[in-house]
Amino acid sequence: MSDYPSSYRFTRDHEWIAVEGAKGKIGITSYAQSELGDVVYVELPKVGDAVTAGASFGTVESVKAVSEIFSPVTGTVTEINAHLNNAPETLNQDPHGEGWLIKVSLNDPAEVEKLLSAEDYQTFISSQQH
Amino acid sequence: MTESASAAPLLTTPLNAAHRRLKARMVPFGGWDMPVEYSGIIPEHRAVRTSAGLFDVSHMGEIEIRGNEALDLVQTVTCNDAAALRTGQAQYSALLTEKGTFVDDLLVYRMGEAHFLLVVNASNIEKDFQHIRTHNQTGALLENTSAEYAQLAIQGPRALGILRRLTSADLAGLRYYWFTIGKVADITAIISRTGYTGEDGFELYFPAQHAELLWNTLLDEGQLEGLIPCGLGARNTLRLEAGMALYGHEIDENTNVWEANLNWICKLNKPGFVGRDALQTTRRERALVGIEMVEPGIARDGYPIFASEDAPHPLGQVTSGSPSPTLGKNIGMGFVPLSFSSVGQELWIQIRNRRARARVTPLPFYRRTRG
Repeated sequence: MSDYPSSYRFTRDHEWIAVEGAKGKIGITSYAQSELGDVVYVELPKVGDAVTAGASFGTVESVKAVSEIFSPVTGTVTEINAHLNNAPETLNQDPHGEGWLIKVSLNDPAEVEKLLSAEDYQTFISSQQH
Repeated sequence: MTESASAAPLLTTPLNAAHRRLKARMVPFGGWDMPVEYSGIIPEHRAVRTSAGLFDVSHMGEIEIRGNEALDLVQTVTCNDAAALRTGQAQYSALLTEKGTFVDDLLVYRMGEAHFLLVVNASNIEKDFQHIRTHNQTGALLENTSAEYAQLAIQGPRALGILRRLTSADLAGLRYYWFTIGKVADITAIISRTGYTGEDGFELYFPAQHAELLWNTLLDEGQLEGLIPCGLGARNTLRLEAGMALYGHEIDENTNVWEANLNWICKLNKPGFVGRDALQTTRRERALVGIEMVEPGIARDGYPIFASEDAPHPLGQVTSGSPSPTLGKNIGMGFVPLSFSSVGQELWIQIRNRRARARVTPLPFYRRTRG
């Protein structure tokens, strides 16, 4: 079982966000990458693009499937993890660390409060498995 | 909360428990609960290309036709020439509608002068059986024996070496698309030199109750040579690289034999078979082509194909698409009008909200080098 950092917040669509002040780093969870299988392609927005809480900002593809990534928060993209273009498998290897997707500046840092804690997210995913 | 009227429960192969013990990711496929991957599609795909992989394909259907009228019935319902088969030989063929489109594709095994075994797609078993029965005017004995058989496929350059240690049958002398009946680890099986991966290999048909024993015996025997269990995910990427059609994707009841490039299995010079009349007058207006992405992006099943970045109307659709683990490219197949089907033709694939450049490439994408 992979660790879900207690300082991160999570969505029911299986994204995480690590927030510092008005800046956030976003990725997909360990559960999401393991459900997808080997990631072979990642499509990310451009720096300066707006992202909206609950709306898709990119896609992650495994050999078999395409999965949309939904933003946990509303804000503006400040950086993308370009390393993933050449090494998409990083998403499988280190989903909560080196496999981050984008950094954003948050419009409303209070939005984060609505997201799941690490503990609540783990309870949520165990209810997804039968 | 109440469950809405759900679909019929998924069917299981005799190896369902074995897959779960191996922690396979299970998915519904054509009404069956099947393993899509164990260690991962890419490592499984590579194992088949470089050493060997073992697939449970027990969901495939078996229909047997016996009696003096057996050959006539097979000749009536399939488009390839079953009369050319000798006992011990197999043939890729298809069941066609009156329009010359596909009811199903299948393998025809000639078990004896008056005994044929038809191996059909899992999701089409009942439809195929009814289709054949409708055309059985002469009283051939027709039987759906799908539940009696387990089917395993051992595929890859090491398949021969692994399998021959478990059988006294002469495997090295068995030619491609021929079969023999022999004991594999003391279990009597049809041992067929066929497959759906583009590699050398064998498909084994044997009584369902021995499935776990043979599965485990093969995995143990092949372990040191890199044999690993493989799921439907790798089966799909392997057959796509090999340019082989999959029912419901490249071929279906709206696709005719000419469009699907399967003229080589359709023998118009053989006496009347279902679909022949239509095919004699049908012209090919579109063609199934190989597609390679030039720009980043993966063409997926159902994505529209365009002539240019801003053309308003699609030319056709992608029928199968995936990254190719062997080639390291994103590949696919799809239908386009004949005038867009030449190798090198530029095409544009609609990938969500953008179009990515692709080009027509020769099929198959991958051909093994014969040793």
